[in-house]
Amino acid sequence: MNSKFKRVAEYASSSPQIMGDTARKLSRSQPFPLFNSSSVNYDPRTTPSFPEMSPLDSRSQTLCLLSNEVKKQDQSEPISWVKSQILDWDPKVMLNNLSFLEQKIHQVQDIVHSIANQDSQFSNQENELAAHQQLVTADLTCIIIQLISTAGTLLPSMKNSLTTANTLLEPFGSITTPSSICFNDNMQQNENVPLEMAKASEFDELIRGLSDCGTEGDELIKCLKNSSSEVAESALIEDHDLKEADEGADGENLPPGSYEVLQLEKEEILAPHTHFCMICGKGFKRDANLRMHMRGHGDEYKSAAALAKPTKDLNSELTPIRRYSCPFIGCKRNKDHKKFLPLKTILCVKNHYKRSHCDKKYTCSRCHTKKFSVLADLKTHEKHCGRDKWLCSCGTTFSRKDKLFGHVALFQGHTPALPTDEGKAVGVLDHGNENEEKAVLVKSSLDDGANVLDVRGDDDERGLFSLMNFDSFNYGGFDEFSQPGF
Amino acid sequence: MGKSITLHSRTCVSEAMETQVPGVVFTKPSGDPCPLKKHRFSEDPKPNLFDSLSEELLFLILDHLDSNDLDKKSFSLVCRSFYGAESRHRRTLRPLRLDLMPAVLSRYLSISHIDLSCRHRVSDGVLAWIAIAVGPSLLSIDLSRSRSFSHFGLGSLAAGCLSLVEINLSNTNDLSDASAAAIGRLRNLEKLWLANCKLLTDMGIGCIAVGCRKLKLLSLKFCLGLTDLGIGLVAVKCREIRNLDLSHTTVTNKCLPAIIQLPYLEKLSLVNCHYLEKEGLLTLKLGSKSLEVLDINCPYVGDDALSSIVKGAVNLRQLILAHCVPVTDRLANSLHRLAKLETMKLECCHMTTPGLLALGSSCNSLKELSLVKCFGVTDEGLSFVVSKNKGLTKLDITCCRTITDISIASITSSCTSLMSLRMESCILVSKHAFRMIGEHCPLLEELDLTDNHLDNQGLKSISNCRKLLILKIGLCMNVNDEGIIQIGRGCPMLQELDLYRSIGLTDAGVIAIGQGCPMLQTINLSYCTEITDNALRSLSKCPKLNTLELRGCFRVSNYGLVAIALGCKEIVKLDIKKCYDITDVGMVPLAHLCSRLRQINLSYTSVSDIGLLALASISCLRSMTILHLSELTPNGLATALLTFGGSKKVKLNLSFKSLLSQKLITHLEERGCIFQWMDRAFKAEVDDNEVWKKRSQDLVTVV
Repeated sequence: MNSKFKRVAEYASSSPQIMGDTARKLSRSQPFPLFNSSSVNYDPRTTPSFPEMSPLDSRSQTLCLLSNEVKKQDQSEPISWVKSQILDWDPKVMLNNLSFLEQKIHQVQDIVHSIANQDSQFSNQENELAAHQQLVTADLTCIIIQLISTAGTLLPSMKNSLTTANTLLEPFGSITTPSSICFNDNMQQNENVPLEMAKASEFDELIRGLSDCGTEGDELIKCLKNSSSEVAESALIEDHDLKEADEGADGENLPPGSYEVLQLEKEEILAPHTHFCMICGKGFKRDANLRMHMRGHGDEYKSAAALAKPTKDLNSELTPIRRYSCPFIGCKRNKDHKKFLPLKTILCVKNHYKRSHCDKKYTCSRCHTKKFSVLADLKTHEKHCGRDKWLCSCGTTFSRKDKLFGHVALFQGHTPALPTDEGKAVGVLDHGNENEEKAVLVKSSLDDGANVLDVRGDDDERGLFSLMNFDSFNYGGFDEFSQPGF
Repeated sequence: MGKSITLHSRTCVSEAMETQVPGVVFTKPSGDPCPLKKHRFSEDPKPNLFDSLSEELLFLILDHLDSNDLDKKSFSLVCRSFYGAESRHRRTLRPLRLDLMPAVLSRYLSISHIDLSCRHRVSDGVLAWIAIAVGPSLLSIDLSRSRSFSHFGLGSLAAGCLSLVEINLSNTNDLSDASAAAIGRLRNLEKLWLANCKLLTDMGIGCIAVGCRKLKLLSLKFCLGLTDLGIGLVAVKCREIRNLDLSHTTVTNKCLPAIIQLPYLEKLSLVNCHYLEKEGLLTLKLGSKSLEVLDINCPYVGDDALSSIVKGAVNLRQLILAHCVPVTDRLANSLHRLAKLETMKLECCHMTTPGLLALGSSCNSLKELSLVKCFGVTDEGLSFVVSKNKGLTKLDITCCRTITDISIASITSSCTSLMSLRMESCILVSKHAFRMIGEHCPLLEELDLTDNHLDNQGLKSISNCRKLLILKIGLCMNVNDEGIIQIGRGCPMLQELDLYRSIGLTDAGVIAIGQGCPMLQTINLSYCTEITDNALRSLSKCPKLNTLELRGCFRVSNYGLVAIALGCKEIVKLDIKKCYDITDVGMVPLAHLCSRLRQINLSYTSVSDIGLLALASISCLRSMTILHLSELTPNGLATALLTFGGSKKVKLNLSFKSLLSQKLITHLEERGCIFQWMDRAFKAEVDDNEVWKKRSQDLVTVV
């Protein structure tokens, strides 16, 4: 595993709920010294007394920090641009918001405090504890969103994100009114202020980072780092629990350039694990498994927030559409291909790469003929293996008659084969012609050719799709039609 | 058969006349092809002059003899070289006895067409033998209605007959998918009939579709095992199809677009496809540019759907719309774009006057129009249609019960080139109308006036049509000898005459026909109760007579029958039901002389065991109805049935079923006999014509 991948793994494993480690992590990778110092300096509510709260608390503090920094016109490089915009926002409103936040945080502190006390006394009262936890989570979410929106008011041209944030706020009754008012004020202010595009986009990133469910702490850091190379790595952190194994963006017709293309290296694609434990270094395929594993490293990983599944990007409008390229040169899924067809998700990349460019190492234990490179494919096949009663002369079997007929319609020379007990002679006698017929591959004029997509994998094995064969296109002796006949 | 050749010692020609079998001369499987000749040659040392004739010359002669099997047989018996020439010249074969197949096939080596239809038991061995003997030259084989062959036999055909172009497997009820797969290996197949193969499924037709890429004709009528998948695959794979019959199948809207888009499709039959829906048909607006014949009979398809189909098919020549919803002006108007439309058949349709008027204004080049059993055909509508289509040559208005003399007047005045007019049961047409037919339509060749108010005056006028070939005037109660004599004088070309229940007809009329119409082939004199032997003696002057129906002519006796047997050797179908006087005496000469007899009805005659046994010697005989023969004994019947070679269809009284041993019946059935056990009450007397007429009219009014 190369160093790059290691770093990726680090990011991947630095799931939001382990933000308590932020300082440690940051100090190790040192991407952002400023934060290091600030987290030390401006951490008025460091929580030695509330260890359970530490992850979320510290994060919210980090976020608070950020806004504080903005307010104090810190000289640090990433946020230096704020200087020029200093007068574009209303300090009074900001102050209001901040004091509101402070109140809220105190409330949460109280609740958590009571939880801590209860916890030590009656650890059995699970229900009550869970209720408290929910309350805390809700409050924290509230705070985070409020914080984001407050930070957002600092910046112009954020109408869209603000309105979306606004709508998101609505469920949280108490804080809705003040924040929405302040948003509107700021929006009116901001409309008058032009801003350089570069800065705007930077801010986009920031907001995205902030609004990223308020959980992806490292995401925020990355955004602040403002490095494009990081994006590829962040991609790896995406949820891999997607069930869909489909390979791509076939359905959509994105114009080239409207999305960013990422290309992972072969090693990254084939790596067995993508989530690594920050403490012991153990790798996991799924983030959820890592989270379960983390519980063993201490009580701080057992909180509901730490165990919660990182929710998805709420502000999807803001994230640029991301598509993936296959690293195999010459593949249609490779970005250098003339008719490049991008892949939609990381999982698509993985499955595509394994199916198309890797050995088929999984063999069906029932029929011992079918091979697969993706384990899921094998499992799907094994479910049906032996039950396919519709047989083609090429040996392909189908579970449904219409699929067989779609297949036969598409390929010249393929014949529906009868069960052997009825007419043995059929399949056998056809063998003579089979090879030459296979070479003549005809893309039939059947309109619903899509029906037969499911046989794609099988026919790939036989090389039927090789480009060479397409040259000998033959429409079943069309020339002979001109003869008078009849 | 081989035996009979050697037994007779007359001249070769006359002998051939007596022992011919249509299509095939059977010889002994081994030895010299013509032992009789060998004997003569050894006596006569002089070289045969005929031997010096070149084969091309002999073939030319044979080409001219093609229509007549008897002549060809005589020819082949002239000498050795003629015999060989005939063997090499023959292209078609219709064997009646399969046990002689090896011998026949070893003689005729250049056979290209074999007809095994009606052959009930064709074993795999026979097919394999055919494939080996004449495989390379065989182009066409007809196996319709055959059974007991399997995919092995068809497989050997597929392996041996590489140039096979046509195969008919209609009504082979046990045709399986495996057999279809064997057919699929006939790569050059162009015509395939699979009507009524109910066991055939999509898998089978799929094999055929993939294998037989050159198919031009495919009939899948009544193949109820097929679905859209199979039929759709045919449309995808066999792009050369010109003629497709999907009648009575479960084809739905789904695969219709693929069929319509077949680039060369000329004829499409969609009779009774109940799964076709209006919505699907409406989407087929594109139509097929190549389509020439469309036969669609879907009661549930609306006129809007039909008009959308019809609109696109600009090259349509023939349109058959039977059992349609009301033919409205909308549908008729859509026809006006079809400039090439020549034939229009609207059978059992609900016609409307506006529809007919629109039909007349949109179609002007019709040559053939059929309105059989259509309701609502009015004088106004029909007159307009015929006045716009003066080139009409065939008109069928059978059972248009609402038309009157006005229609006939406009038909006869507009369509003077009419060659065929069929107007059975137009009951409102008066006797005067028929005079116009005779006066204005001199080119008529076919005229069907069954069950009309025709009288002698009308017949006299019709006798002006000197080209008349077919005349049907059955059930015309007002016709008698006077009119028939006129026909006999005026229509020398007459080939078919139907005088069913012509009450007034006596010998005089039939004698006039016998004298005036030497080309007569078919005559129906059923229930002409006045007919006697004299009429038959006169008819025996018509040497081409092949179908004679004398049902209920109880005055006819053995003498008349013998006269017919002597004069008309080509008799194929004979009905002498209720000719009570006919006995064994008539049967023996009939059996001896009329060796082409194929179908006979002997019910209620006085024929006994001996007569039946004599008939059993006719090898061509395929179908026999022997109900209510009072003289017949079970033993005699058993003997006769056992004497029959090959397969027969026998209609028998149910009472015999218990009298014959079950073993015998199963044995006969295994040999190919088909028994039909009838359970009808004995009814000796012939129905009085007046009574019958009245009853039939009551029936019509009830319906």
